[in-house]
Amino acid sequence: MQSNRVVEILVGAFVAAGLVALFFLSMQVSNLATSAGGEGYEVEARFDNIGSLKVRSPVTMAGVRIGRVSAIGFDTSTYEAVVTLRIESRYDTIPDDTFAKIFTAGLLGEQYVGLDPGGSDTYLKPGDRISLTQSALVLEEIIGQFLFSKAEEGVKGD
Amino acid sequence: MLEFLATLGRSAIGTLQRLGQGSLLLWHMLGGLGDLARRPRLLLVQVFSVGVLSVLIVAVSGIFVGMVLGLQGYNTLSQFGAAQSLGVVVAASLVRELGPVVTALLFAGRAGSALTAEIGLMKATEQLSGLEMMAVDPVKRILTPRFLAGFVSMPLLAALFSALGVIGGYFVGVGLLGVDDGAFWSQMQAKIDLHDDIVNGVIKSLVFGFVCTWIALFQGYAALPTSEGVSRATTRTVVHSSLAVLGLDFILTALMFGA
Amino acid sequence: MDNLVEIRDLRFCRGSKVIFDGIDIDIPRGKITAIMGPSGTGKTTLLKLIGGQLRPHRGSVRVDGQAVHRLPIRELYRLRMRMGMLFQSGALLTDLNVFDNVAYPLREHTGLPESMIRKLVLMKLEAVGLRGARELMPSELSGGMARRVALARAIALDPDMIMYDEPFTGQDPISMGVLVQLIHALNQASRLTSIIVSHDVQETAGIADLIYLISDGRVIGRGAPSDLLQSESAWARQFMQGLPDGPVPFHYPAPPLERDILGGG
Repeated sequence: MQSNRVVEILVGAFVAAGLVALFFLSMQVSNLATSAGGEGYEVEARFDNIGSLKVRSPVTMAGVRIGRVSAIGFDTSTYEAVVTLRIESRYDTIPDDTFAKIFTAGLLGEQYVGLDPGGSDTYLKPGDRISLTQSALVLEEIIGQFLFSKAEEGVKGD
Repeated sequence: MLEFLATLGRSAIGTLQRLGQGSLLLWHMLGGLGDLARRPRLLLVQVFSVGVLSVLIVAVSGIFVGMVLGLQGYNTLSQFGAAQSLGVVVAASLVRELGPVVTALLFAGRAGSALTAEIGLMKATEQLSGLEMMAVDPVKRILTPRFLAGFVSMPLLAALFSALGVIGGYFVGVGLLGVDDGAFWSQMQAKIDLHDDIVNGVIKSLVFGFVCTWIALFQGYAALPTSEGVSRATTRTVVHSSLAVLGLDFILTALMFGA
Repeated sequence: MDNLVEIRDLRFCRGSKVIFDGIDIDIPRGKITAIMGPSGTGKTTLLKLIGGQLRPHRGSVRVDGQAVHRLPIRELYRLRMRMGMLFQSGALLTDLNVFDNVAYPLREHTGLPESMIRKLVLMKLEAVGLRGARELMPSELSGGMARRVALARAIALDPDMIMYDEPFTGQDPISMGVLVQLIHALNQASRLTSIIVSHDVQETAGIADLIYLISDGRVIGRGAPSDLLQSESAWARQFMQGLPDGPVPFHYPAPPLERDILGGG
């Protein structure tokens, strides 16, 4: 009967492992759960356009990652994107006049939020809002503007 | 020329005959599911020999395939400055294709051939005949539990393969090559859809489990009851299962992701 | 005369090869009937026809009045519970030990409690002298022991009839003697109708009440062992006395030796 017990336990372990793997695929790999938990405090920033910024995208300061985007929402009255940034709790001395910009890593790379520290003596507290923001650069817009200005130059040149 | 046509015709009729025998066997096996429900212990033992004993090869292959995907994906993606998308590449390849397909191929080699050999030997040593003479239906008693065990085990094995593969890819991409941790997961989560990718992957592996186990059991049951017959049947199991998996994969992919 | 099995005008072919061409056989109840013939005459096939595992192409096989080949599957299974069969290899289930093998038909077909099954199994094993071997796996048994275990399993359900497929082939003299004695004892003790398929003349003739000789798909001779030994048929005499040459020639048909050696090439 001992070997029966072993068989039962191993089969149980196999089924459990398979289900855990499925659960992992559903929760961690797929888009089912997109809550980014963890340590830290949250601040809010509003942008006109966030490009292709996503939940869990990095938040950096001087190129060092200090947090992640934890939620992205849309304000239906101001038509702005509301981005919640979760900053790790050890970085608690970020000035409240910090400038938040959306950058692109490489030409086609992922987008991330970069923070430029201001000079204020008061620091961001949990729940604060970063008021100084600059939207993502959308490639098509830049190209469009470039072509438009070239065209204008061409008109002037005639 | 005429002889060639005659040979061709004979082999076509032979193939049809085997297909018919296989279908009848399948029907017979499905008829045993009711009896099996009353004796779940039979299933348990088979899940052990079909599923648990395949875990090691599937897990190790999954990790390595994931690591290779991480490495290759990184090399290609970094040329376009898109290494952050590594997570998507790794996860999509695994969940959609490599997980179900490679697991099914490994399953055919490990569990399928073992099933064929076991059933073939039981036939060669008159055990199946003996059961019949004891008024026990060998198909329902011996084949049905193995069939269901294969069907149930395959998606679990494939999920294990994919999950470990993603972890392997993470280990290489993030741990060794320095892709951003958050980007790896965030891009993956943004692009991999629960229904489109994961559920479809599970459906694929259910189909593969069904077909691979069916082929293995049929080959064993139809094997000539000699040692040579059994060894040929074992080879046929691996060849037929692999071809069936790859062919069906194309059809399923076209149905799921095509339009 | 009361016959348990009646075979009438049986014809059976495998591919284009005719195995049986219209044979009639009666197996009397409570007796030991032997079916003998050279290797390859389809003796095992005959047992499978009686057990309903194969269907005749013509003629009928009746067991206890029921035509085996026309029974629906459920009835056939009910009939098979009353038949035991001892396969040449024993056909024990290799993943079960001796005890579980003998208990198998009881567990499958009776709702008996485990304590009762244990008693029955030990009794059956005692009858074949292997009660002490109940923990062994089939791979640990010698050929003769495997057959005895299989015999215990075949009689587990107390059948009306038991069929022995080549029970003596490949046995050393001692296990052969044990099997002969067992088959005889089983038949004597419970008037168990026995069919022995064999080509071991000595052993079979010693215990059989009736012998059928089969060759080339036909019944060549029928009668008590002593009658057949004195048979007028030269073939029957050659077979029963094991003579190397006779109606069945020693040489496989071939051109004369001189021509093969001198004229070749």
